[in-house]
This record gives sequence, structure tokens and C-alpha cells, in this order.
Amino acid sequence: MLKKRRWRDRREDVVPVEVRLPTVLRPHAGGQTIVSAKGGTIGEVLTDLTRSYPGMAGQLLTDDGSLHRFVNVYVNDDDVRYLDQLDTKVAEGDTVSILPAVAGG
Amino acid sequence: MVEAKEGGANGEAVGLVPIPWEFVLSLSTHVHRQILGHCLSGLPNEACGLIAGDSAAGHVSHCFPTRNVAASAKLYTVDPREHLQAELEAEKLGLELIGVFHSHTHTDAYPSRTDVEQASTPLSDPRWHYVLVSLRDTHPVLRAYRIVDGQVNEESVVVEANAPR
Repeated sequence: MLKKRRWRDRREDVVPVEVRLPTVLRPHAGGQTIVSAKGGTIGEVLTDLTRSYPGMAGQLLTDDGSLHRFVNVYVNDDDVRYLDQLDTKVAEGDTVSILPAVAGG
Repeated sequence: MVEAKEGGANGEAVGLVPIPWEFVLSLSTHVHRQILGHCLSGLPNEACGLIAGDSAAGHVSHCFPTRNVAASAKLYTVDPREHLQAELEAEKLGLELIGVFHSHTHTDAYPSRTDVEQASTPLSDPRWHYVLVSLRDTHPVLRAYRIVDGQVNEESVVVEANAPR
């Protein structure tokens, strides 16, 4: 029983999710609004996304691998900054959304 | 396009001077009221929200007042969750988010340095319209801008009673 669960956990590490792109990133994905990416966490999903669409590299993650402050990333309805940031887990069928953070003075 | 016409007291052209359409932002009356109302109700803090419509035509038919999670009289941050909800809601209505509005409580309705910086991040859409409302004086003053590559260009604001969607 325990073995079976471990096997399943490993299998669930990397799952396909849908990623909703903000308008300025769509041209890097041939104009698509929603693309597919894989990963077990938000960090892995974003890395996979930039692997598939190199034009997005540098626009989501900083050089040291953290999320840029001008980017909001969500798992379904929730902002990952209020979850586990880039370590936030994703499950199969989740929708990951990316939007610009809108702020000013 | 509106043509200039003769007819001033001294025969000179008055009044209807052509304005390139790309520098006009039209708001429906309802949206105009919603924006001013939300800004006033946010006092003493800045208030903010998102606007939706047709970016190319420069028309705003819908407005999504949002929470200012910065809760400050000098800064605003659109509530990220409400931003996502507005994005999805706009899409359902066949519209897109085409900009943001926010208030300045003690200064002019002109983008601050922070506003310009925030409009120039890699994910900022250069097609966005920035609506500023000054609450410094008795009457609110609403103005609109495009901010591209750190350059601020004002657009004329037209409030239309029967604006097309």
C-alpha cells in the first residue's frame, strides 16, 4: 500500500497544466492565449514554459530564479505569492494564469 | 473626423478642430460615474480599478473597480485576485482589459514617476490607457494618458451618453 502511494506520488510530480498568458507574452507563443506546460510546481511550469517559448525567458523569472515583482502568477483563482510562491504545487487540470502586476503611485 | 468650420466673429476657424482618433479615449457615462464614484469612496486612500473595452478604438464600455491592496494615500496596487476575475469577466463579455484608473489624492491628474515606471515593465501592455483622477480640489479632475517606453502622451477624454460597446 505504502509502495503504491509512493509510486503514485512520483507519477504526480510532473503534470500537464494550462497556462493563460498575458497579452504581451502571446506573440511569443504564436498568438495563443492558452498554452500547455508541465511541472510539479509553479517554478517548474514557468521553466518549462520558457523552454518551449524562449522569447519569454527573463520576463517572468529573475536571474537568481525568483518571480519578477511585476508579474502575478495564479493557480486557478489564487495568487501564488499568498501560497508557496514558486514552490506552489500544481495538480493535473489546474489553470495557471500570468498577469502583469498593476500598481503605481 | 470632424472638420474645422468657418464662423468665428472675425471669420476665423473656431471650435471643431480635428483630433487624431488615436489620441481620444471615450468613456460611457456609466463608466465615467463609476470611476469618479469609486475614487471618491476610496478617500483618504488612493483608489484603483481596471477598464475594459476596445483598445484600438479607444473606447471604454466597462469598468471593474478593485481594492487598493496598498491601502495608501500615495500608492496603489490592484488586488491581484480581482484583476484575474476582471480579466476573465471581460473575456466573457467579449471585451479586453485596456487599462487602469487610479486616483491621486493630493496631486494633479498626471502620471507620477512611479506610475511611469510601473507602466514600463516587460509585461506592461503598450496599448493600455491610464486614467488618472485628481481629488486634490473640490471637483474631481479626470484625464487619460498612453505611456509607452516611459513616454507620457495625454489623450482627450470624451464621455459619451450612448457610446457603442
